[in-house]
Amino acid sequence: MTGDVASNVRERIDALYRSDSRRVLATLIRLLGSFDSAEEAMHDAFTAALDSWPAEGVPENPRAWLISTGRFKAIDRLRRAARFDAALAGVAEQLEDSAPPASDFDDNLEDDRLRLIFTCCHPALSPDARIALTLREVCGLETEQIARAFLIPAPTLAQRIVRAKGKIRDAHIPYQVPSRDELSGRLDVVLHVLYLVFNEGYSASFGDNVVRHDLSAEAIRLGRLLVELLPEPEAIGLLALMLLHDARRLARTSAEGELILLDEQDRSLWNREQIQEGLALVDQALASRRFGPYTLQAAIAAVHAEATTAAATDWRQIIGIYDVLLRLETSPVIELNRAAAIAMHDGPETGLALIDAILARGELADYHLAHSARADLCRRLGRTEEAIAAYQRALALTTQAPERRFIERRMAELAAHLG
Amino acid sequence: MKYLCLIYEDESKRGTRSKEETTAIMGEYGAFTEGIKKSGKYVAGEALQPTQTGTTVRVRQGKISTTDGPFAETKEQLGGFYLINATDLNEAIQVASGIPAARTGSVEVRPIWVLGAQESSSRQTA
Repeated sequence: MTGDVASNVRERIDALYRSDSRRVLATLIRLLGSFDSAEEAMHDAFTAALDSWPAEGVPENPRAWLISTGRFKAIDRLRRAARFDAALAGVAEQLEDSAPPASDFDDNLEDDRLRLIFTCCHPALSPDARIALTLREVCGLETEQIARAFLIPAPTLAQRIVRAKGKIRDAHIPYQVPSRDELSGRLDVVLHVLYLVFNEGYSASFGDNVVRHDLSAEAIRLGRLLVELLPEPEAIGLLALMLLHDARRLARTSAEGELILLDEQDRSLWNREQIQEGLALVDQALASRRFGPYTLQAAIAAVHAEATTAAATDWRQIIGIYDVLLRLETSPVIELNRAAAIAMHDGPETGLALIDAILARGELADYHLAHSARADLCRRLGRTEEAIAAYQRALALTTQAPERRFIERRMAELAAHLG
Repeated sequence: MKYLCLIYEDESKRGTRSKEETTAIMGEYGAFTEGIKKSGKYVAGEALQPTQTGTTVRVRQGKISTTDGPFAETKEQLGGFYLINATDLNEAIQVASGIPAARTGSVEVRPIWVLGAQESSSRQTA
């Protein structure tokens, strides 16, 4: 093969790694019965692909090739280790004898991903471990990235993941999709993890990118899978929420990567198709009458999505939904968002009073958006110095570059006003 | 009469022992077990996996909840035991949730430590 073709193949393998390594991993975990073996096997398989595909060409079913190769590499490893530990020879033999049929890989692909996510989100694992493990194994994030997202040291997070895998292995947490009667409860746990993953992609808490599309897209894709398997109202509601928020993605940042708030977004850049899909899902979830917080948040996003201009937003309806939401779930952040909506409907003074009351309770003292919201309302009321002070607090509390730049711009505008 | 002998020790020591020390201790346990089997005193005995493999099961208002790790309520004390067979942790949790004390207290489910088994020998199927 010429150099060009060879490098095309390598690019193809890179793309395949990005799009399929998680699926390959999920299946290998089932076939090999171990997270660690499966990870090694997956890497061995991709290495083998890099070695042989440039010369031999990309196989017809690359995924099946990778899974099959990974499995054989794992058996090889076991045989080599068996020279020092006789017990492993038996395991290697067991694996060899249980070669799955060729159709196995395609048939089980989606199931395996569900197995993986339900296992990573098993209730016997700590909540922190579930999130870390899902982001690492299901979404393929690096330990570093996850650590930064949660503002903890990387070694701490790495240890958390090692322990979680150790527990799965030593306590024999089975690699399966829960039974029908357990499914609903187990699903709640999964939804919460997805929600956090989506939010991380939607507004990354680190680095220079406001939006990390991959994570959000991943969360949406997993959300779709879940809805297919179990069309529970809250799963549908969460999918709707993610789709509606993601539909605004292109309008959220300028070409230079600057943050654009909802009321200033170019709504023609919103993904109308995705919005239609999200709206239909919200209706479906609400119609069930068994909906919960995700569905209600999606309903709020739906009201925004239906407004052709910011001025046309039905704030009264939004406030009403927040009222219902607060009855289901008390949360100072939800109260804050409701206060912001009230400010839009009843005026900045009313909204500010509510925000100040929440801040006085102390719960959102370290939440940068609380101070930004306060700053914005002070700004609208002409209380320039207070606005600057509040933006200052917000700035001290956020590490995300585009958000910082936005706050700094606002502060500069206000300072110019003073001077 | 039957008695339950509960073994308490600093589990972090397990990790820091040398191979020789571990072999020696296992030998001592082996000898002890043989001895009480011979004298007809032995009923059952197992080593447990460390606390991080434990899961605490509670049933409240008919709903099973599990938390990672050993139970840690200071107001609850050891009151009984069951040694069970289960295919996996899910089944063990289901069984444990049926124990009446799960409704009023906590049941810690800890996997037995099979001495000498390697991690790769546990084959988990879907």
